[in-house]
Amino acid sequence: MADIAVESGRVAYDDAARRARVLNAFRLRDGTFHALTLSAAIAVLLILGGVIISLIEGSMPAIKAFGFGFLVSSAWNPVTDQYGALSAIYGTLVTSAIAMLIAVPVGIGIGIFLTELCPDILRRPIGIAVELLAGIPSIIYGIWGLFVFAPFLQQHFQPGLIALFSKVPVLNMLFAGPPYGIGMLTAGFILAIMVLPFVAAISRDVFDTVPPLLKEAGRGIGCTTWEVVRKVIIPYTRVGVIGGVMLGLGRALGETMAVTFVIGNADVIPHSLLAPGTTISAAIANEFTEAVGDLYTSALIELGLILFVITFFVLAIARFMLMRLERKAG
Amino acid sequence: MAIYDARRRSNGIWLALCYASAAFGLGWLVIILATLLWRGFGGLSLVVFTQNTPPPDESGGLLNAIVGSLIMTGLGVGIGTPLGLLAGTYMAEYGRHSKLTFVVRFINDILLSAPSIVIGLFVYQVMVTRMGHFSGIAGAVALAVIVVPVVVRTTEDMLLLVPGPLREAASALGLPRSTVIRRVAYKAARAGLITGVLLAVARVSGETAPLLFTALNNQFFSTNLNEPMASLPAIIFQFAMSPYAAWQSLAWSGALIITFAVLGLSIFARVLGARGGTR
Repeated sequence: MADIAVESGRVAYDDAARRARVLNAFRLRDGTFHALTLSAAIAVLLILGGVIISLIEGSMPAIKAFGFGFLVSSAWNPVTDQYGALSAIYGTLVTSAIAMLIAVPVGIGIGIFLTELCPDILRRPIGIAVELLAGIPSIIYGIWGLFVFAPFLQQHFQPGLIALFSKVPVLNMLFAGPPYGIGMLTAGFILAIMVLPFVAAISRDVFDTVPPLLKEAGRGIGCTTWEVVRKVIIPYTRVGVIGGVMLGLGRALGETMAVTFVIGNADVIPHSLLAPGTTISAAIANEFTEAVGDLYTSALIELGLILFVITFFVLAIARFMLMRLERKAG
Repeated sequence: MAIYDARRRSNGIWLALCYASAAFGLGWLVIILATLLWRGFGGLSLVVFTQNTPPPDESGGLLNAIVGSLIMTGLGVGIGTPLGLLAGTYMAEYGRHSKLTFVVRFINDILLSAPSIVIGLFVYQVMVTRMGHFSGIAGAVALAVIVVPVVVRTTEDMLLLVPGPLREAASALGLPRSTVIRRVAYKAARAGLITGVLLAVARVSGETAPLLFTALNNQFFSTNLNEPMASLPAIIFQFAMSPYAAWQSLAWSGALIITFAVLGLSIFARVLGARGGTR
């Protein structure tokens, strides 16, 4: 009798001990995995922090040497070690503006086509084709732009443009010859082609969030398709479309390789859109490995810092806008 | 009746413009792919894959560039994927509603579209200046920094699609949280997770800007990660900008190889993602 009691007591004890051991192992494994994933999430934040800190650290010599004047000076002379960011900033803004001027209306048009007009069977293939266009590496756009697109523009488009505006004041300055082929306008066109799929894909996703009931209500009171688009879909998704446009703008501002091929890489502020210029990213890509001297390198890194700050704010606004639409859509 | 006609006319005009913009957009894809085939296919032969990059105006191939690209892409994806996977897991599983997740998601989305040349400058500052020379490993790290946000984004999205009851059922069996995540959630989202990694590979295999001043370039065959390493995009950049016809033709062949590798990967990723029932 006593034997049995002792026996079963030990079994119970063994059981409890084993269970505690297993539970402890579970808890340990769980804790480790939790900590591991948490530190990975924090590492993402650290990457961004690291990017900002290292760029500031690298551009310190240039900031000390030129101060605020760096932003408003267009001097760029490695021989006398005088640097200013203005011509690069100007080129970045102008090429991006040209790109957005073309890509936004066309991209929204494609978005409308995909959500409202396209036959169901073609929707997915065309949608994928647009996404593939977004996936082509930028260097491909660059080599294509340099060897195919720029010569085409030089021979068939720019002479006509120059002749067309030669009598119009202001515009004859913007489109003054000679037609180089490469230059600000060509870079803007290439950027437009690259940004187009981003704007189109996001417009499509955003237009898809419109409740069918709203569209049907519009149809019910006798609206044409365009009126439904204009008076129902676009007002409902305005924030999201602006978010998508800003996202595309972020791409255009930071795009490097395609622009480097066709911008002409002249460190000046060109008076004509047809003349060669430079952008922030093109200047870095072209000159960084050849930069001799700490100040030259540092000035290029400061250019990178400026680019990062500009795109950071543009992208932050874009995400904020898209988030607002998401909340509205539930 | 005049108003009715005007509305019909404006409807017709605007919708025609929408059709035109779709044709315009797709037209570029066709034109670019056609040019690539036309200019690149002629130079494509076995030599391209078996010989190293030649001196100007001699014949040769792209072997060292292809190998360098494969090494750095593989290493970059190898470093970036686990980090992105774990971070995405935290966001979707442990901290789904936490403040940290919100911040990380916001920052990650910004990193996702941050200019890649800035990532190159970052790695240059952190690795190249410290080591004193350009190296293949610095190039791989720069690519890894680009891989992370892509993988984080898809991992979170895909894990959020896994139905909650599946996790609850596993938890009810007494499984610890980490086992539930690894054995149930990962398994349910597997196709989506692989899609994310494939998209990341597609994204970095064409990246040029971050490699220019991390891995630099190399005219010779090298698998030494401590030395400058050639890559297809960097070679294309150098050869296309050169005045030599033989180099330019090789650049077109390289462009053709990259484009079809990237497009093939993204199509494969999409097919896989669609079969997994997720998108």
